[in-house]
Amino acid sequence: MEDRAIIRLEHLSKSFTVRSGVFGGRKSMQVIGDLSLSISEGEVLCLVGESGCGKTTTGKLIVGLIKPTSGKILFEGQDIWDMSKEDFSSYRRAVQIVHQDPYSSLNPVHRIYNILSAPLFRHGIVRSRGEAEEKVLELLGRVDLTPPEDFIYKYPHQLSGGQRQRVAIARSLTLNPRFIVADEAVSMLDVSIRLSVIELLRRLKEEMNVAFLFITHDLAMAKYFGWEGRIAVMYLGRIVEIGPTPRVIENPSHPYTKALLMAIPEADPRITRSKKPMELRSLDIPSLLNLPPGCTFNPRCPFWIEGVCDKEVPEMYEPEKDHYVSCFLFRGK
Amino acid sequence: MAEEILNVENLFVEYSNVRGKVKAVRGVNLKLYKGENLALIGESGSGKTTLGTAIIRLLPSSGYIKEGRIVYKGNENGYDISKFSEKELRQFRWKEIAMVFQSALNSFNPVLKIWDQIYDTARSHGLNNRSLVREKATDILRYVQLDPERVINSYPHELSGGMRQRVLIAMSLLLEPKILILDEPTTALDILTQRNIIELLRIIKKDMGLSMLFISHDLSLAAELADRVAVMYAGAIVELGGVEDIFYRPRHPYTLGLIKAVPTVTAGFRELYSIPGSPPDLISLLPGCKFAPRCEHKEAGCENEEPLLVEVNSGHLVACFKHKEISNGR
Repeated sequence: MEDRAIIRLEHLSKSFTVRSGVFGGRKSMQVIGDLSLSISEGEVLCLVGESGCGKTTTGKLIVGLIKPTSGKILFEGQDIWDMSKEDFSSYRRAVQIVHQDPYSSLNPVHRIYNILSAPLFRHGIVRSRGEAEEKVLELLGRVDLTPPEDFIYKYPHQLSGGQRQRVAIARSLTLNPRFIVADEAVSMLDVSIRLSVIELLRRLKEEMNVAFLFITHDLAMAKYFGWEGRIAVMYLGRIVEIGPTPRVIENPSHPYTKALLMAIPEADPRITRSKKPMELRSLDIPSLLNLPPGCTFNPRCPFWIEGVCDKEVPEMYEPEKDHYVSCFLFRGK
Repeated sequence: MAEEILNVENLFVEYSNVRGKVKAVRGVNLKLYKGENLALIGESGSGKTTLGTAIIRLLPSSGYIKEGRIVYKGNENGYDISKFSEKELRQFRWKEIAMVFQSALNSFNPVLKIWDQIYDTARSHGLNNRSLVREKATDILRYVQLDPERVINSYPHELSGGMRQRVLIAMSLLLEPKILILDEPTTALDILTQRNIIELLRIIKKDMGLSMLFISHDLSLAAELADRVAVMYAGAIVELGGVEDIFYRPRHPYTLGLIKAVPTVTAGFRELYSIPGSPPDLISLLPGCKFAPRCEHKEAGCENEEPLLVEVNSGHLVACFKHKEISNGR
């Protein structure tokens, strides 16, 4: 499995410098800390976590939109920030991102044709308008914007949210990617539209054997989209649990994952009203500017062991095959 | 049945815009009973927020009530809110019906400390005694599990999303209203914070016995808190019933589609189903059932005439010609 990795992150970390107040000094804020993981060809990895946990930053690092502070991002074994120009360009073609907000990710003054043909011209895939049109029509058909002739010369504002997100997905497909980062790609869509876009992503994954990093705050959606893949749960810039989706959902092991699953409101009155949420020691999420020592979840964790969890940083333990948990409760198991 | 506290009768609300008239609420009839939680669910553009803001008469300037009545029965002599003057409204809002808006950050004035905002609200309703308001505010903030001293002296941006939402809920309870309207109270909050707000609302309902109207696109909020659920589509209520009727025995194809489109985490893995197409344009509505173009149960007649709500079971109303075919969740 390791050698089939298309993307590998090695001890990745990212800090931003923030100013505290008008006259305050500069402070370093670590958003991602020591992140290592690999994603295989055609695999779905769902990255779940609450806002501010660093999941979007992880996505941006992977597609090379921002540079890591330390650590490496390897694309087929090559460090993306240490590549020749040609290699970097082919990496940029192979790895694409779909953003959350289809209202701001499409240029409002460009027609769909221009939005989708620009990357085709840029990377020399098409040379003439005729070729470009043909290719754009094919792409629109592929994302179920049919008949494609009705959409090709429209502006984004003439489309609904779901249709725009389909255009954004079509754009990510223009260069035959092998890896797509979908950052909350359906979160802004209405319930009745959301699922059809998910189905589209699923179909594309099957047809084109694209690997996905599916970033979401919605565990139910992650479960549905990534049932055959893996889930990674992120908390304050670190992965606290990662494993095959059914295992993480049915046998959550990290106290944070458990707390999330026990808290999620669900669209089923009997299930959701019988939930017994975990009593956390604190409701507040620590500030990234002032991370607690030891395990970052320790100030909230009801299973916290004094003198251990607040002193040492837990490693990744493997209580069952391929299911890793970063919690001292699993040390030596 | 319990006592009515609010009765929305045949309400029509429109917005004028350059393209024409947006028919955001079309002939809604809805009763709210004392002490109940009613959830109004629907997607963006279904008219649910318009209905909520029309009830406390806070529609944006382009919106107006075209027809219908909103009868408030919270005190002896019931009155029609839709006929209120601005002055009457100012007395009425917060004191009888309070609303918690969707965006907790935008609901505050960013340059005023929380205390000033609380005092402003109290003063405009005739509570001029600073120390009395202070005492009341302290109590209510403590009640929503906040540290009153810290919160009162903070600016809105110094509080987390969950804390701001709790402050808003506290402020809405300050004048002890009889009805609380909450527009997407948990949207945009983190899961653990959502749970916390839900538990808080549960406690408030138990302690204060007020009536709550939840407006949400999120079915799970309705599943958590509602006694009854009203499903809106294209400006009209298409199904109304007890929470178990709606979730386990839906009779409208749209409700059924919504429920089947939402995955759950704890129940086993199940195949989902998506509703084809997208909601209609509220400016140029076609005759007939507004859901018909997306409906797999439609037949010829559905596109000619709009179905009205009919009672299919005690307290369970559906606006669909084919509801008999959709019994027991298909």
